[in-house]
Amino acid sequence: MNQLFSQLPQEVPLSWYLLLSAALFSLGVVGFLIKRNLITVFMSIELMLNAVNLSFVTFAHQWHAVKGQIFVFFVMMVAAAEAAVGLAIIIAVFRARVTLAVDRIDLMKL
Amino acid sequence: MHLILFFLFAGFCLAGAINLLLQSHPISSALSLIVVMTSLAVLYLLLGAEFLAAAQVIVYAGAIMVLFTLVVMLLNAGREERTLGSHAARGVGFPAVVVILGVLATVILKAQGLGVARLADGITSTEELSKVLFTELLLPFEVTSVLVLIAILGAVALARHGHGDPHDNGGADPLGNRERTADR
Amino acid sequence: MNLHLWLIPLLPFAGFLINGILGNRLPKALVTTVALLAPLAAFAVVLNAAQGFFGIGPALSSLPYMEICPQAWINAGALHIDFSFVLDQLSLVMLLVVTGVGFLIHVYSVGYMGDDEGYARYFSFLNLFLFFMSVLVLAGNALLMFVGWEGVGLASYLLIGFYFQKKSAADAGKKAFIVNRIGDFGFLIGIFLLVANFGTLSFSEIATKLGQDPGWNGGVVTVIALSLLLGATGKSAQLPLYIWLPDAMEGPTPVSALIHAATMVTAGVYMIARTHVLFDHSPFALGVVAIVGAATALFAATIALVQNDIKRVLAYSTISQLGYMFLGCGLAAYSAAIFHLMTHAFFKALLFLAAGSVIHAIGGEQDLRKMGGLRKKLPVTFALTTVGVFAIAGLPPFAGFFSKDAILYAAFAQGGGGRVLWFVGIVTALLTSFYMFRLWYLTFMGESRSHDAHPHESPWSILGPLVTLALLSIGGGWIGIERFGAFLAPSVGARAVEATGWQFDRTISLEHFLGLVAVLVALEGWLIADTFYRRKPARPAQWAAAMPAGYKLLANKYFVDEFYGATVVKPLLSISKYFLEWVVDIGILGGLAWLLGGIATLAGTILQRWQSGNIRSYAAWLAAGAAAVLLFVVIQWPALLTATLGIHLNGLGR
Repeated sequence: MNQLFSQLPQEVPLSWYLLLSAALFSLGVVGFLIKRNLITVFMSIELMLNAVNLSFVTFAHQWHAVKGQIFVFFVMMVAAAEAAVGLAIIIAVFRARVTLAVDRIDLMKL
Repeated sequence: MHLILFFLFAGFCLAGAINLLLQSHPISSALSLIVVMTSLAVLYLLLGAEFLAAAQVIVYAGAIMVLFTLVVMLLNAGREERTLGSHAARGVGFPAVVVILGVLATVILKAQGLGVARLADGITSTEELSKVLFTELLLPFEVTSVLVLIAILGAVALARHGHGDPHDNGGADPLGNRERTADR
Repeated sequence: MNLHLWLIPLLPFAGFLINGILGNRLPKALVTTVALLAPLAAFAVVLNAAQGFFGIGPALSSLPYMEICPQAWINAGALHIDFSFVLDQLSLVMLLVVTGVGFLIHVYSVGYMGDDEGYARYFSFLNLFLFFMSVLVLAGNALLMFVGWEGVGLASYLLIGFYFQKKSAADAGKKAFIVNRIGDFGFLIGIFLLVANFGTLSFSEIATKLGQDPGWNGGVVTVIALSLLLGATGKSAQLPLYIWLPDAMEGPTPVSALIHAATMVTAGVYMIARTHVLFDHSPFALGVVAIVGAATALFAATIALVQNDIKRVLAYSTISQLGYMFLGCGLAAYSAAIFHLMTHAFFKALLFLAAGSVIHAIGGEQDLRKMGGLRKKLPVTFALTTVGVFAIAGLPPFAGFFSKDAILYAAFAQGGGGRVLWFVGIVTALLTSFYMFRLWYLTFMGESRSHDAHPHESPWSILGPLVTLALLSIGGGWIGIERFGAFLAPSVGARAVEATGWQFDRTISLEHFLGLVAVLVALEGWLIADTFYRRKPARPAQWAAAMPAGYKLLANKYFVDEFYGATVVKPLLSISKYFLEWVVDIGILGGLAWLLGGIATLAGTILQRWQSGNIRSYAAWLAAGAAAVLLFVVIQWPALLTATLGIHLNGLGR
């Protein structure tokens, strides 16, 4: 078995990681557009952030730059803070409108 | 080996993401997202970022997604309902997504000088990471901690029982709408 | 020595500000003091300055004496204009008249306007007038003179319309200002042409340039001179812009005396004398000036024959005498014109103020047909008016004789056309004498025709200045034209008059002969007036009945006002009402505003639909924006544009 495995190509071109990142990002945007529940929309945003993290790590690997990984670390921190505050807002909105449907939260129109 | 692992977990990522889109109940979407997060952690590991893989699991999958799940359960969010649509989302949004994906893909495929990743490539040790983090980038680190503190304060302030609380109106909001999402 | 010329305008201006802003709250005595102090102080400064000219006291550093403000006024390319005051013999004479007679009239006004509500306002305007007039006289360049020019027009408007509640007074003020503006247009054209051709507006520099280059004759200089003449006719009430002066009698009598007899209306004559170098280089313009002057003199005198309002008679008389001054200027006898300006200021102010005294005495009546027999009741006024009448008629030894004679001699001595002008002048002198004595007889002689049975003599605050002016009217001409001309020569050129032909023997010179003719003519006028209004009082009515058309023509001032009304005013009004209001104002401008508003509203309505509040559509547009940015950054636009559309963008390689 080991022999079989070792005969397969042992390297993955970094462009594939980047393509995966792009795909995840696009899926996140699509989710942002088509989901009707506020929390799910928020989750799509998290998906986008993760996609970007992946591309950061990829480039960090490309150039052996630790700073790339540290940046990912910071992104995670910020995402955590954002998630906390965002969900608190969603709770507040829910209390006010008793609905989580995105289309019904439209008070900010002219 | 690397290749197989990559395909496997990349597949999990994409499957989870697509599932997130297709599910109608938020809790299912949340669980799919957890799948995506953990798969990403493995991919980080494949790229030699061990600390980040751990952080991904601990912070993202272990804390943020738990928070999401808790909020979903707290608000008792049910299936998504058919609401008014949005013409703009369909007419403008989808072409935009296509364009974004297309541009990114083109740039990535045309890029020269991208290397390869191998299992044999060294792993960035936590020691290396922390050395840079606590010396060169100490200031951003401290600032981030302040940021998290502010976020905590904000979250507490916003989510407190206070204004906007539906006083016992029989479940109606202050505007008198008797709307609730359908229970499961 | 420093003459501080700037004080001359500034002191009246300070008086204007104080009385204008605080006058209503100050006690009347203080208002009077401020109002009188300003012209008196200005007069004192002028006297101080006069020392240097008459050889008394320390000599002046240079003649003409110039004071230039260190801060330049206009510095535009090659054009440089300063705030410069120039004092030479000409402006000195004018200033003495302006401030001196001005002060006397201020004193008179204290008594005359004492009961009026707008006392402080009156004096503030009067001081304002003095300020602008001194600026006009002292100005060293045409633009500063124009400032004074406009300013006296403004003061005139304010003072004519002083009794603004009366519609006729308000209308008269407007008429004066508007007609003046037409003249000012001419002045402005002159200024523009001066700038275009000489590159400077300073009088001394223009004179220098004209003197240096012998090519300046006729052509452009004529056009400039004629434009300036148009301005002068407006301000000095000559044909065709005299129409405002009779209406200006709506103002208080001291105003008529000061502005519309002694000083403002003489500004046109002063301006021509000041720019005499231009006129000297254009015989054609000079001829036009002379003809305008003579024609106006005759024209106005004929109208004055049949006027019934005492002030109107004096107004037309002023126009006529100004015609004499213009005639003098047109003959290049500028010093004669200025001489007449000076003596006219004395006796015309005297006559107006005396008329004011009469009007005041009989309770506001101005109609000659309702006066009479005031000789016994107002003896002092009668005596003073007599002095004025003798002076204007040109009887020696009063002042009017010497100055009028100087002009007539200059006319005769010029030969050909000059003789015609002399004849016109003599006929006018006859008419002048006649209508002035008519006024004299109707007002003071015979039986009283007025309703007021108790006319009272005026107080000394009114009579005092009259006495001073009477003395000046008697002795003002004794300086003689030779000495006066010699004094003014450095500023206006020597008398360019040589006697041609017709010489008598040594015992009687031409000048004396002509003077004798003038005196005889004046006496003849008196005789005719005596016949008509004392010995045979039925005659005037008979003559009027015999020539009804002629009488009507004269009494209605040749229908000039009606003519202007029909040809100028009415068309302008209908253009404004029908074309400008409807087409331009409502149609074009209103339509433009409506259009702009409509576009803004439409844009707003359209864009409003974008702000739906729908989060998903916002998200979609966000994504679209991000996609656009990506495209913009990634695509090589120059290469793309070149490949597809063939547009080549230079220098934007990437």
